[in-house]
Amino acid sequence: MNEIVEEAAQREEAGGSVPMVETVGLTKRYGGKTALRNVTLSIPQGKIVGLMGPNGSGKTTLIKILTGVLTGYEGTVHVNGRIPGACTKSIVSYLPDRLSLGRWMRVRDAVAYYSDFFIDFDRIKAMELIARLRLDPGMRFSQFSKGDCEKIQLVMAMSRAARLYVLDEPIGGVDPAARDVVLDTILTQYCENSTVLLSTHIIQDVERIFNSVIFLREGEVVLYDEVEAVREHRKKSVYDLFREVFKC
Amino acid sequence: MEFKPSEPIYIQIMGEIKRKIVSGELKAGAKVEPVRDLARTLGVNPSTVQKAFSELEREGLMYTERTSGRYITTSGERIEKLREGSLVRLVADFVGLMRRMGLQPEEIEEMVRESIKKGGAADE
Repeated sequence: MNEIVEEAAQREEAGGSVPMVETVGLTKRYGGKTALRNVTLSIPQGKIVGLMGPNGSGKTTLIKILTGVLTGYEGTVHVNGRIPGACTKSIVSYLPDRLSLGRWMRVRDAVAYYSDFFIDFDRIKAMELIARLRLDPGMRFSQFSKGDCEKIQLVMAMSRAARLYVLDEPIGGVDPAARDVVLDTILTQYCENSTVLLSTHIIQDVERIFNSVIFLREGEVVLYDEVEAVREHRKKSVYDLFREVFKC
Repeated sequence: MEFKPSEPIYIQIMGEIKRKIVSGELKAGAKVEPVRDLARTLGVNPSTVQKAFSELEREGLMYTERTSGRYITTSGERIEKLREGSLVRLVADFVGLMRRMGLQPEEIEEMVRESIKKGGAADE
């Protein structure tokens, strides 16, 4: 009996209130090209969700709309009940798909810059994570490899106490060994009850960190299901399913 | 820990914990790792570990003390039942595999007897 009550409480906590992300009929066109077509999604609070699809399927476009970077779309979009914009940026931590900090910046400058900019940024935590990843805070971004730059950016994004973390391809440029470090950083650093949306075209060995996954194909959602449900009902991994769905 | 693609991850985690209980790596009454720690070790979503633990509690193999955390059952009887169940399943899997390879029951019995006489599979 207690268990039932406890589970109900957990459900309530996880998704009983406003969804973290909600889109209805979201369509985005770039000139004649349709990047997102009628996307209707609801992501509850407290989940880690994978956004998957081949290159050009609309992942980054969707992310840019959710983070308030891109406007001029059709349909409705809400992040924690609000239209993306200045007020949602204070609760959304965004890791862009390319370096958004000056290449001339030293890591410690970037940390100072973030702590000036974001009230929820934990400077001590950021420096600890940088030390744990054995990255020299005195070095400039231009002196690091692409993978190390990505790790530093991830540290910056995860050192905010945000409600929603939107991570665009955080594992695209790192080698398989570093991938584990990145995933571990995400799993250990995200705040409990906050939501993580992570886009990736690499699925193998990554799917186990997600509650659920979204497959985007040519701007349309072709699947949105829990990872364990995919395994249970289709008797295959998300990786196998992805290869089947996106077979050329 | 490696996960098979064809089965939910929480069931595989449950299986691993059961194996450790049967083998004695996890002793009766031992404290169980917190959800987040095990999730981190395995690199899986914390809710997956939570689900595995809830199911193990439902099966009576774990229990939660409100203040101090989660423990392996102290019931020797329950562990013995798990052990028997695991062994029966192992044998059933083995027999099933042999049957699928076309062996008759008598042939399987004969092979098992031979194997035991030689001291098991150790000399393979």
